[in-house]
Parts: sequence; structure tokens; C-alpha cells
Amino acid sequence: MLKPETMFEKVWAAHQVVPETADTPAIIFIDLHLTHEVTSPQAYSVLRERGLKLRRPDLTIATMDHATPTRTSQVFGGAPITIDSAANQIRQLEKNCAEFGVELLGLQDARRGIVHIIGPELGITQPGKTIVCGDSHTSTHGAFGALAFGIGTTEVGHVMATQCLLQNKAKTLAIEVKGKLNIGVTPKDLILAIIGQLGVSGGTGYVIEYRGEAIRAMTMEQRMTICNMSIEAGARAGMIAPDDTTFTYLRGRPRAPKGANWDAAVKYWRTLPTDSGAIFDKTIEIDATSLVPMITYGTNPGMVVPINGNIPDHSGDPVFDAAMQYMGLTPGQAIKNTLINVVFIGSCTNGRLSDLRAAANVLKGHQVAKGVTLLVVPGSQEVKREAETEGLDQIFIAAGADWRESGCSMCLGMNGDTVAKGQYSVSTSNRNFEGRQGVGARTLLASPETAAASAIRGCVTDPREFF
Amino acid sequence: MKPIKIFTSRTVVMASTNIDTDQIIPGRFLTTTTKEGLGKQLFSDWRYNASGELNADFILNQPGSQGCRILVAGHNLGCGSSREHAPWALLDYGFLAVISTQIADIFRNNSLKNGLLPIVVDIKTHQWLIANPGAEIEVDLCSSSLKLPTGISVQFPIDSFPRYCLLNGVDELGFLLSKNPAISKFEEQSNIPLHNT
Ligand code: SF4
Repeated sequence: MLKPETMFEKVWAAHQVVPETADTPAIIFIDLHLTHEVTSPQAYSVLRERGLKLRRPDLTIATMDHATPTRTSQVFGGAPITIDSAANQIRQLEKNCAEFGVELLGLQDARRGIVHIIGPELGITQPGKTIVCGDSHTSTHGAFGALAFGIGTTEVGHVMATQCLLQNKAKTLAIEVKGKLNIGVTPKDLILAIIGQLGVSGGTGYVIEYRGEAIRAMTMEQRMTICNMSIEAGARAGMIAPDDTTFTYLRGRPRAPKGANWDAAVKYWRTLPTDSGAIFDKTIEIDATSLVPMITYGTNPGMVVPINGNIPDHSGDPVFDAAMQYMGLTPGQAIKNTLINVVFIGSCTNGRLSDLRAAANVLKGHQVAKGVTLLVVPGSQEVKREAETEGLDQIFIAAGADWRESGCSMCLGMNGDTVAKGQYSVSTSNRNFEGRQGVGARTLLASPETAAASAIRGCVTDPREFF
Repeated sequence: MKPIKIFTSRTVVMASTNIDTDQIIPGRFLTTTTKEGLGKQLFSDWRYNASGELNADFILNQPGSQGCRILVAGHNLGCGSSREHAPWALLDYGFLAVISTQIADIFRNNSLKNGLLPIVVDIKTHQWLIANPGAEIEVDLCSSSLKLPTGISVQFPIDSFPRYCLLNGVDELGFLLSKNPAISKFEEQSNIPLHNT
């Protein structure tokens, strides 16, 4: 019998163009290259300077998400894009895609959205593929059993020119999630708890495979939330074995295989999960049953506490002290009831339809607290349309929220949607770094349910109070 | 890319752990379409105050830091966003090397590809470097070692391929392009359902 292999090892082996040698890393073939306006312009410049073409435009797709405006008037005409350099970047991407023959889901395209949301929606994110993008949250696509990771702009150029990357093989880390999540505890809470346990550098050098009962029970959208934040633990990628949940999600998507190709694909996809007896370099166990809703209190995603807990006291640790000073919070204080100014529901972590449904479910029949701004930004135009079909937009608007076109928006504050200095924001995104949502902005990361409950009360609130 | 072999410089120390790439260069500066000029925005939120003037307390603004080419940072430097603007900004500002006990994967990769040397050292060496800001360090890529003013020499790990590229000013794209025949063969022979549009 062949040596049992992990899913990562299988996908890796299937894409090795040239194996690693003592002097050179392996050359790995890339099945899907996702691109966007922010990390591609300099790569196109390199191609131009060297007189190169895209090797496989058919395996490349472009969208606009990071710097794009989310106000309808700016997206669909009427008002100009307020940030000149962002408008320039968008025009540059249009020009580059036209010149190099790349399919572009442009500003007004009905399929546009955050790059990590539209890949799965279109059905181009598939098990067993190698997927890269000049964006660290490419790890999201690993939820399908793909090997998906973020790269820098130089590597974006490498993939454009050769459809390959030079890569050293990562180590493997299994995260076994035992038991089921309790009611009111979401995948976002689970991944925050995992990062809290592993630390923000604990996954460095690894590809994580999430396993266990709680993971198997999740929908694809929930699995994407988990894999999305793998990078926040320092990991290169996160993966989840494909199963019937995966195939049901993909079946009938615009670019999923059809007919006999579909059958062949599913047959192949079923060979991908880790063989029993395969050895991971490291294994960690998490008990899902003990988890409660989680929220961050500091300036990295590992600084996280249960929502009904207290901020720890690590006074004297310079990182902790700096975080407390930046956040304006006191060691030992309860995180609950901390007054907030802004709530952001969206991003590639929690900007999908089920996230909006969860938030709307809490908000229904309530009003956003006085003085609090609630911004709801769907992850894609498709999510927006579906939400509007279900009437979720009406629930948000009735509650006093601002309902927008899709994009990254306040997740990284590149498009002008920012949190003011010193203000507190409960955000469903993935990074609470200093200044991430705006200069001096104070971000608390949480689930859509927690974000919605906090918007109603105007302070950090346990969403289970609304169930 | 200019070859890197050996250079000597004083260090600047920023001892915080987990300095992420959002700090190295905040997101709002990423609307640029070139690599040039990003040094102005390096560590922008720490380096400038609200009115845009230099913050005198920040280490890079202090007289002793001027001309330093080596940044010594706390554990887990460069975590977070994959933005290559981070090494571009460090290089444009004038840094040639960064030293830590751990450097995040993507940032390390991006640095190597631009000629910014990411150096990982053991805890003892790191502690010495943190305790001795401004120390004059020799970085020798030929022998993959640092020489401290104490005379002690410390080896640092670097994979042979990026080391070869940096020593010779070779860019990796040229190497990948030379593998065209192997890539074509892979495309013809692979039986994975590659793309299904
Ligand atoms: S939503 Fe945020 S994390 Fe996701 S791709 Fe956009 S900027 Fe990055």
C-alpha cells in the first residue's frame, strides 16, 4: 500500500512541475490566479518592461474590490470616485486587463465583489486546485480543499508570466475540533478562539488542515470564515477536506464542471482528503463544546477574550501595554458594555449571505443605538442581490443602517470608509491592527451576531441575549 | 536588482513584537501604481503626528537613526497583509536588512525578491542587538553571517536559491522562464481537471 498522505501533500504532489532540489525550490503549477487592482499594477509594469505576455489568461481573472467606492452613486455613475489615486488604480486595471487579455469583472459588473467571495460564487474555486492571489486572505479558498495562499506582487508577475511559482514545501498542522459548537457560537468565534490559543505567529511555516466534527457540520460559507483567518495565526494556508457539502455548494455554479466533467471531477475530488494514518508535523486539539462568543480587545487578532470575560492583565509586557494604550481600555476590565461608535458588517470573513442573514436576524425589529453608525457592506454584488431579494436590506435600513454596494470598504479603509480617530468599532472583518480601519481607529473583531447585538445596545453585547 | 554581498551599518531597534505590514505602510497608501517613493510613508502612523509633522519621539526620527541601513525588530516581524509595498517602503527609505527572531512567511518572501535581506537570529543574539541599538554590524551574505562589534560572528539561515539570486543580482523570473519546456510538458501531461470554464 502507498504511504498515507495528507490532503496538502496530495495537492502539492499533483502540481509539482519540477521537484525541489538541494539548490532550488520546487516549481508549482497554479490552476487559478485571482487578481485585483491594488497588488497587480506593478506586476503588469514588469511584464511590459520585459516584453512578456500572460502565459494563461484563461486561468486568470480580475476584479475590483479593495479601493473601490461602495456608494451606489459612485459605483454606477453620478458621483465621481472621491479618491483620485483609487480612481486611477481602477482605470489602470481596466487598461491592463484589456491589453493583456484578462477577464475583468469591472466596477459595474453584476458578478463583481471581494475577490475571495466571487471565486467560490462563480464556481472557479474548486477542490484540489492551487489558487493564488496577491492578497493574504486567499487562504479562504482552502475551505474547498484547494491549496490557496497569498503572494506578493513580484510573485503575481511570476504567475502571470509562467503560471508557476517557486515554492518551499510547508509543514502541516492539523487542528482537530472536537465536539459541536453551542447555539449562539459561530465559526468566527471558533477561529478567534483558535488564534487566541495558537497566537499570531503560531502557524508560521504551516499549512493548517481543520478537521473534526464541528468542521464537518459547517456549511461552505462557515468553512470559508474559518479558512479565511488562517493567515491571522501566521499560517500560509488553511484547508478543509471536500465532502458532499462542498459538492452540493459547487454543483450548478456558472463555472463548475458540467455533465461528464462534473462526474469526473467529483471522482477526483473524493480522492483528496487526508488518508487515515497520514502524519501531520503537528496536531492541536480544540474543544468546541466549551466555546462562547469571542471578541478581540487588543491590536492583533490573538488578543481575544470570551464576550462575558475580562481583558487579561499582562501589564509590563510592552506589546500588551501599547495595545491597552492604543485601545484606551483597562487591564482586567470586563469587555462587555464597552461603549462603541461604529459597527461594520462585511469583508471576506463575514460578508456572505448567511452572515447578513445572521445579523438581520438579530437586528430585526430593533434600532441601532443613538450615536452609533452601522455600515453593512455585502461581500459581492450577488450577495447584495440575494440579500435584497430576501428583504434583508429593508431590515438593515429600518434599523438605521447604511446599506452599500460590495467591496472591502471599512475592513481596510482604502476607499474612504473609515473609523475616526479614537472611535471604537465592532467589526466582522479579520484584522484589528493599529490604524487598520482608519488612523487611530479602535477595532474589536467579532461575529455578525455580536456586531448586530452591539449595534443595538451601543456597547459590546453578548448576542445570546437576543436569541 | 543590485547584487548584495557584504555591507556594514549601524542598527535601528524597534523592539515591539508582531509589527504588521499595516504598520510598515498603512492601507490608505496602497492606491499607488508604482514602487517608487514609498519610503516617505514608511511607518507613517508612528512617524508623523496628526498634523503631518515628524513625531520627534519615534525612533526613526531621532538623530542617531539617520543613515542606519539595518532594522532590528521584535519577534514575528511583517505579519498580516501580503502587501509588497512593505519591503518596497523599507528599501526606498534606505534599509538593506531586517533582523528578528521570526519573520512572517509572505513578508520574508517579498523581501527576498526585492533585495531586502530578512535575517532570523537566535534569541541570545537578538537580545544583544536589542540592548545595543546603533551597534555597527557587518552583514556578509557570502558566508551568511553577521559580525557583531564584539567580534562574535553569527550564522543566519537563508535558502540557497534566494541567496544565489541575491549574491548575483539574478531575478527569479528569469529562472522560471528558463523552465518553459518543463511547464509546457506539465500542461500537456497533467490529468487533473485543470480548468472547467
Ligand atoms: S475584505 Fe479585507 S481582508 Fe478581505 S480582501 Fe478585502 S481588505 Fe483584504
